[in-house]
Amino acid sequence: MYTKDGENYFIVDAHIALWDAREANIRNIHGKQFIDCFYDYHRNLSPESEVWSYDEYTYYGGERLMKDLFQDGHVDHAIFQPAYLGEFYRNGFGQTEEAFQLAQAHPDKLTYNHCFDPRNGEQGLDDLRRDHEKMRFTGVKLYTAEWHGESRGWKLTDPWAVRYLEECERLGITNIHIHKGPTIRPLDRDAFDVADIDHVATDFQGLNFIVEHVGLPRLEDYCWIATQEPNVYGGLAVAMPFIHTRPRYFAQIMGELLYWVGEDRLFFSSDYAIWTPKWLIEAFVDFQIPEDMTEYAPITTEQKKKILGLNAAKMYGLDVPEDLRLPESATPATGPRDPGAADVADSPLATV
Amino acid sequence: MVAVLPELLRVTEDDVRAALDVVLDPELDEPITDLGFVRSVAIDDGSVTAGPTTVTIHLRLPTSFCSPNFAYLMCADSKDALSALNGVDRVVVELDDHHDSDLINAGLAADAGYLGTFGSEAESNLDELRETFRRKAHTAAMERSLTALLRSDPSVREEALGEVTLERLPAGRHTDALLRRRRALGLPTTPNARVLVDHEGRPYDTTEVPMALRRARATRISIDGNAHFCRGLLRTRYAGSGADQAPRLDGAEPADHHHLLPIATKEHQS
Repeated sequence: MYTKDGENYFIVDAHIALWDAREANIRNIHGKQFIDCFYDYHRNLSPESEVWSYDEYTYYGGERLMKDLFQDGHVDHAIFQPAYLGEFYRNGFGQTEEAFQLAQAHPDKLTYNHCFDPRNGEQGLDDLRRDHEKMRFTGVKLYTAEWHGESRGWKLTDPWAVRYLEECERLGITNIHIHKGPTIRPLDRDAFDVADIDHVATDFQGLNFIVEHVGLPRLEDYCWIATQEPNVYGGLAVAMPFIHTRPRYFAQIMGELLYWVGEDRLFFSSDYAIWTPKWLIEAFVDFQIPEDMTEYAPITTEQKKKILGLNAAKMYGLDVPEDLRLPESATPATGPRDPGAADVADSPLATV
Repeated sequence: MVAVLPELLRVTEDDVRAALDVVLDPELDEPITDLGFVRSVAIDDGSVTAGPTTVTIHLRLPTSFCSPNFAYLMCADSKDALSALNGVDRVVVELDDHHDSDLINAGLAADAGYLGTFGSEAESNLDELRETFRRKAHTAAMERSLTALLRSDPSVREEALGEVTLERLPAGRHTDALLRRRRALGLPTTPNARVLVDHEGRPYDTTEVPMALRRARATRISIDGNAHFCRGLLRTRYAGSGADQAPRLDGAEPADHHHLLPIATKEHQS
């Protein structure tokens, strides 16, 4: 829990990882390129005081994770969203067993989500059933830019992906977190296209689709599909750290998201360990839309409480202390969730 | 004269960089020379070897995992732009430190084209990709112009923006940029042409105008945000590369040292 100015915030970090990118685990040049890319994200957007050394960054372990999130980081509960990346790392990038064991040891603090790759076919479906039997997860993290043999990406609308989603429905894996990386095939079109999410969200009404990093770098396409589907949510991983170096951009991202997606469908995420949650939470609670951006209403404390934890707690059935709860707002199921968000009273956009 | 003529024809680094100014990052709608993507230029004028004049450039991108289709487009467009230069016999374009560097560089060296470079991962061509981002660039330019008009003239009502014609826009970089994007899409640039149109030049009904403007705004924010993030990542990845970047005014922040931008925030609401 985080307390500021007499307000208490229940914090859920909806996207964390426990990875191993040490040299011994790197399979090829691409494994090195991948962790270097993450490290550049980390160095570029973190305040100087929060920058880790490269060696710390490649592997930090469970103990450090517990300290950064729960001891120092104000977080009440966090959700593992693993990326496998078996083509780049010998034992995978996300450490399944270590993360699962940690979640077993701290069930009040950690939720383990799993991952699958539809290109593994029938064998993968068997693995999913077996893993679910053992780990009882209710969510999966899907990375559509994962490499797999000759293939360098897949779409949610691929026939095998649809079969896996059907299996998720059967098993009660209702929370589908999607990380849209550059999906390479076919190269003719935009690799970050989010249109496939639109299709499966319509076809699988019983599943929740949480689009990680709110579709960035295609925020506009994401907002447009999210506004039309009652079951499309947004994870703020990668968007959050702009609050430090690019606060005006962050304000615009939030202004657009609150308008199109609404305050009940957005989840705070640090994307740990790309960034650490402490400074992000503190900065977000203090954050406000710049005065000259008259096209957006100010962000309310209630909205911040929902985004920082209550929305994810609801989806994952987490036990929130009575005094920290809030009623859900009466936003429409589809269409712009907050059409009144424009601060028309003193806006040049005013119609009077 | 015989001794002077080769001197005049000699290709300089400035010529090369000027030729590369026409190569855009389609996603960010900016020249690769402004983004700092040109890492090095080397010119072998053949005076030592008595061989052909060869221009070799190296390109660099903000991450190893930037989309390979955009990476390829920028490399191939660079090769085309330099091959058209007078006095250049041979062009070598190499992409550094990308996950597909080997593939792309081999394709460029062999002039294999898009299909020949990527094989089964490519279907036909990258025309649709280019067109998608030309449309986005136009949408963003349109929103910048109309929002600037709204802010500068309080008598303009948002619903009435659908009626605004090009002649109403003040002279300046926003209008220049909009006209350039309209030409790229084949849209009219006559003074009485409406500003708020879709990619095929169709205007919007009055009731659709606020939503069209909102959607355009999201597109503009996205492009500006990506452009600055990519610039920042390049500076992080390659020390000193910031010196090769031109400032981008659209989407600039106080951290970019633009002192005119206000940082006061709204009253906190509870």
